[in-house]
Amino acid sequence: MTATAEMIVPSFDDEKETDRTLAIICSKGSLDMAYPGLILGNAALGEGVDVHLFFTFWGFDIITKGRMEHLKFSPVGNPAAHMPAALAPLPGMTTMATHMMNKSLNELDIPPVPEFLELLKASGAKIWACRLSADMNHLDESDLFDGLDGIINASDFIELTEGAQLLFI
Amino acid sequence: MATTVINGKEVVVDDEGFMTQYDQWDEAIGQALATAIGVDMTDEHWKVVNFLREDFKEKGETPTIRRVSTAGGVDTKKLFQLFPKKPAKKMSYIAGLPKPHGCV
Repeated sequence: MTATAEMIVPSFDDEKETDRTLAIICSKGSLDMAYPGLILGNAALGEGVDVHLFFTFWGFDIITKGRMEHLKFSPVGNPAAHMPAALAPLPGMTTMATHMMNKSLNELDIPPVPEFLELLKASGAKIWACRLSADMNHLDESDLFDGLDGIINASDFIELTEGAQLLFI
Repeated sequence: MATTVINGKEVVVDDEGFMTQYDQWDEAIGQALATAIGVDMTDEHWKVVNFLREDFKEKGETPTIRRVSTAGGVDTKKLFQLFPKKPAKKMSYIAGLPKPHGCV
């Protein structure tokens, strides 16, 4: 232990005018692939980083009102589910695996998807829906998460996130 | 680990300056810590800091932003206003607690 009379003040980098931006493209709609984007986005916001999330293709389910609460986790084709490959496709296995994953998340106080989106929004995230995915699914803004910032196309997103660090999930 | 003097009291802090001894904290120190990082304490700030202190005492860990909103009754948007940019770190620093472990 070293004694020092001077007060150590952590650097919160307030003075640093950071223009760090993180762009996260969420393209998968299964429960296990939805959370990484949401969690990383939330972590970045908590560090003062600007975050843009773009939901596209299967990831569209994450922001679709009728589906966001029912995302599923399937052990099929996923060796990391630690289940014999022959058992994974059995009836009821996806329901069971989904239930278990939701239970573990809940125990760790990780919010369900709709509440997680609210949390991101309240923390300042920009949430974008993909135009093509909306058209393919015949959905409009009324079908999507209320805090949505808009339905935009891929070029808009690329333009919006100029200079950003990008994550494709 | 090092000791430092905050508001005339000698306290133990970690490498970044976060206090590590729960009982060494008092409100005057909290005030001094807030001043050091440029936060102007209001009743709303104190409500958060006091919740953090109580919750830590009960649970043994610093509550996350989500817990402050669900259990402490101060919503996330407000936390970002009160403790700009890095609410989780700033509020725990002022409350004399370690940074939260939780991801969410």
